[in-house]
Amino acid sequence: MEVTLNHILFLSTALFFIGVYGFLTRRNVITMLMAIELLLNSVNINFIAFNKYLYADKLDGVFFTLFLIAIAAAEAAVAIAIIINIYRNYKSIDVDDVDTLKW
Amino acid sequence: MTVSSFIFYVLAAFILGSGFLAVTTRKLFRAAIYLLFSLIGIAGLYFWMNYEFIAAVQIVVYVGGIVVLIIFSIFLTHHVGAEMERPNRLRAGFAGLAAFFAFIFCSLVIYKNQFAVPDQTPVPLTVDRIGMQMLSLTEHGYILPFEVVSMLLLAAMIGCIVIAMKLPEKTS
Repeated sequence: MEVTLNHILFLSTALFFIGVYGFLTRRNVITMLMAIELLLNSVNINFIAFNKYLYADKLDGVFFTLFLIAIAAAEAAVAIAIIINIYRNYKSIDVDDVDTLKW
Repeated sequence: MTVSSFIFYVLAAFILGSGFLAVTTRKLFRAAIYLLFSLIGIAGLYFWMNYEFIAAVQIVVYVGGIVVLIIFSIFLTHHVGAEMERPNRLRAGFAGLAAFFAFIFCSLVIYKNQFAVPDQTPVPLTVDRIGMQMLSLTEHGYILPFEVVSMLLLAAMIGCIVIAMKLPEKTS
């Protein structure tokens, strides 16, 4: 059975909803960050697959993927700075413990 | 079943399996390692699709950068080998149901949609082509997003330093 575009889309959809499940169940900030990385990666797979199968004469999917990877790196760095700051103030990185702004 | 599609199914099983373990295992460090394997599998998928440059970027940035950063922050905030508490059963059940039904819905949409694959001559994906188009000022150039991303990275770097900086204790 030849692998078509739909197979790759199924794979990225499954990876996306695995990430969604992890984001909804985890209560630890670092593991929620990992789930977000899975989401971003599934989007990258989609861009590359569409570029390969539908627009093989262009490079736009490649550029979108490169910029997404750069933005994901910036996001992870800022998130980890925030995590370290939260840990310093609350001695915990559980999202249920950080509720000072909750009314 | 050709060798190419067999490799694809092996890669897909590897990515999904290690991704699922990354979001369900209760040991934090193991979750980071499973995430690492999942990202390596995705780089393998890019190699399988003949996008070697993207695969190299994926390995350098994700595997070499982000996962190492995550492991650092785990070591800074946790005892190694400590288990996380089990997720709330009600919340896990509803999250699983939501993710499952959303997956079924999206899969049905994808399954019903047949993409018309056009007959094009693929361009060779060489690094000099990517570099020329990335920095070109003409119609399909990407110089403006490139500069914006460079500003974003600078802002993120300064922001990280300011957020994580320890302010000196005020003595009153």
